[in-house]
Amino acid sequence: MKEVTVTAATVDEAVQSALQQLGVSKNRVEIVVLDEGKKGLFGIFGHKPAVVKAILKKDPIEEAELFLKEVIQQMGVNAATIEKQQHGKQVTFMITGEQVGLLIGKHGQTLSSLQLLTQLVANRYAEEYVSIVVDAENYRERREKTLIQLAQKLAEKAVKTGKEVKLEPLPAHERKIIHSALANHKKVVTYSVGVEPHRYIVVSPSAQ
Amino acid sequence: MKQLIETIVQALVDHPEEVSVTNSEDEQSITYELSVHKEDIGKVIGKQGRTIHAIRTVVYAAAAKQPKRVIVRVKEKG
Repeated sequence: MKEVTVTAATVDEAVQSALQQLGVSKNRVEIVVLDEGKKGLFGIFGHKPAVVKAILKKDPIEEAELFLKEVIQQMGVNAATIEKQQHGKQVTFMITGEQVGLLIGKHGQTLSSLQLLTQLVANRYAEEYVSIVVDAENYRERREKTLIQLAQKLAEKAVKTGKEVKLEPLPAHERKIIHSALANHKKVVTYSVGVEPHRYIVVSPSAQ
Repeated sequence: MKQLIETIVQALVDHPEEVSVTNSEDEQSITYELSVHKEDIGKVIGKQGRTIHAIRTVVYAAAAKQPKRVIVRVKEKG
């Protein structure tokens, strides 16, 4: 952890000087006052300078990005680039390059695992919860389109046959995509059955 | 592979200096045994094993190219 200890006439001056040395603003550091100092009599006798220590706080998003980079590299995927996008509390890391298929895995399993781990790392350093999305080659957007198409197809099937259609188990956020895709569908209702990680959606023709 | 496991785990725990990984090998598989500080065991395993599951998924993906099966275990101590 990066830190500086500064001695100056007053606490305020010491803090300012420390921030300048670290080149950051006050909200990025933790200030520890080691000695408040004394003005002394007529500013001469018993004069003692103030001493403060400024510790640079780790930036959760920077730490997360470093972690992700290192893990990807050690997984043997070279030449991958990570692009960062931030919307409020949500940060998206978009990975592009060759071999990213390895990072996505079956049904995006590996991608989800990387996301979970990166999220854990980020929130070790975060004061407010940050939400991390790890994506590769637009996988999540493509997957969303696929799921919406699938949802429409299964709804048609349920209506045509008049029977319930069961899907394979899907993670929570993917189930949500299907639920919301069919939320306004008048002829079917959707619900989930089973316990994680085997929870799956049932598309059922609505009783009329 | 050992380095990958260490990188991931060290970033998650409170005592990174106490993370160690040992491996043993037989004809079909390589077993990586992970040992961490007692207080960090819960962190590495996670709620309902979510974290260790994620670690395994990432490690298995990285190990997909090699012929032997890879196993990741968390060592319990004291």
